[in-house]
Amino acid sequence: MSRPIRVLVAKPGLDGHDRGAKVVAAALRDAGMEVIYTGLHQTPEMIASAAVQEDVDVVGLSILSGAHMTLFPRVHDLLVEAGRDDILLTGGGIIPKEDMAALEARGIGKLFGPGTSTQDLVDFIRAWFAEHKAQEA
Amino acid sequence: MSGAAYNTGHSTIDRVLADFDAKKPAALARAVSIMENHRAGFEKLASALHPRLGHARRIGITGPPGAGKSTITTQLVRSWREAGLTVGVIAVDPTSPFTGGALLGDRIRMEEVALDPGVFIRSMATRGSLGGLASATRDVCDVLDAFGMDVILIETVGVGQSELDVARTADTTLVVLVPESGDSIQTLKAGVMEIADIFTVNKADRPGADRLRNDLELMLGLRPGATGGHEAAGHHGVDLRSLAPEEKEALRDAMNPARAARKAASSEEPDRWTPPVLRTIAAQKEGISDLIDAITRHHGYLDRSGELQARRRERMRERVREAVELKVHQRLWKDEPTVQWLEDRLPELEAGALAPFHAADALLARSGPLLTGTNMDAES
Repeated sequence: MSRPIRVLVAKPGLDGHDRGAKVVAAALRDAGMEVIYTGLHQTPEMIASAAVQEDVDVVGLSILSGAHMTLFPRVHDLLVEAGRDDILLTGGGIIPKEDMAALEARGIGKLFGPGTSTQDLVDFIRAWFAEHKAQEA
Repeated sequence: MSGAAYNTGHSTIDRVLADFDAKKPAALARAVSIMENHRAGFEKLASALHPRLGHARRIGITGPPGAGKSTITTQLVRSWREAGLTVGVIAVDPTSPFTGGALLGDRIRMEEVALDPGVFIRSMATRGSLGGLASATRDVCDVLDAFGMDVILIETVGVGQSELDVARTADTTLVVLVPESGDSIQTLKAGVMEIADIFTVNKADRPGADRLRNDLELMLGLRPGATGGHEAAGHHGVDLRSLAPEEKEALRDAMNPARAARKAASSEEPDRWTPPVLRTIAAQKEGISDLIDAITRHHGYLDRSGELQARRRERMRERVREAVELKVHQRLWKDEPTVQWLEDRLPELEAGALAPFHAADALLARSGPLLTGTNMDAES
């Protein structure tokens, strides 16, 4: 039987601009996904712990503070540590192209910049889910 | 070790169970998902967990949107954690009937307790399943109970029948209202009065809180049998000075049902439970200890009166009935010859030569072997 895709949308770090995260959360909900939104100023530990408890398929981080090279790898490591290396870690924000590439090389992403259509995001997550999770019934 | 291992192969459930025993949160989370989605092997999982049930106290919290349920939940969790108890929280939010999606935001207000390893929070979407929500919630409760949680809190938005059903899966139901809920007894129509074991008027520093409390107590005092059978209400002109103190008390209670309900609700070891109406200001942590106290007293009452056992029995009875219905449904309608048999009967049915109920009898009569077969592990 098919089940909804579960996504955690989180806003780590100190910047307080959550418009983007909320737009993404609403778009994913409207695409039929179950979105867990955890609010502002989350630590990587809080995000990883929530992702594990909620048994999500996808974690999406919104980072506008420039701390992406620290925060993405930290959340990634914590998820692996918790035994959930199967979760797709993606996200977006103000992230230079070369940083996106560097993070992608570590198994994070892909990442999305400003101006991305929410439909692209939905399509990306659906395609990933179909490829990685479809067999689990 | 790897969580990805949960996704593949026939040994999935065994791996989940092994990690579950090792108290790994990822395994608990996956067990919840397996039960919630009826994924492959859920029957095996449920059966393995069954002997471990019965430890946790299950508390339902319901009320209108914005009443402060999540904030109260957080404060209750904090108090129980300080007392050394482990707590599981199930936060239920509605699924959109149009897109099937859901935005689950209760964790935002539970941040304070989010990193505590003795707390496990799980958001659930209603998924629009008619009547199925209550059983899904109960299954998830069972998983948390089997994991060894001391207390389980189930938080639902108190609108609609399915949420009331969810509340009924708990041992104790707490109804949270705010002064604004009370300009009439509007909120109390939809069965809320009957399901509540404890009321709290939250945001009680706002105008109207005392009035709402009094209205609630009045309603409770007017319930059949609530005043303990004092028939003195009609004694106009009785000189209170001529009565003995206990007679005076009885008369006062009879004339003031709200007062009687308040008194009955504060009794330490009552024979009959009268829901107390408390006041809280959860955001300022006010009234939480009274709430904890009321929950503890209610649990003691359930235990003493035998009602706890009765409620748990009812849950068990319900569980088996649902399992039977699920199995009958699966075995019959996933069986190709049975489906074909029905197809072949359609012309007769259409012509009026065969009645639907007779067809049903005939179908059941030929399905004996199908219904008695066992296929524990083959279910999906």
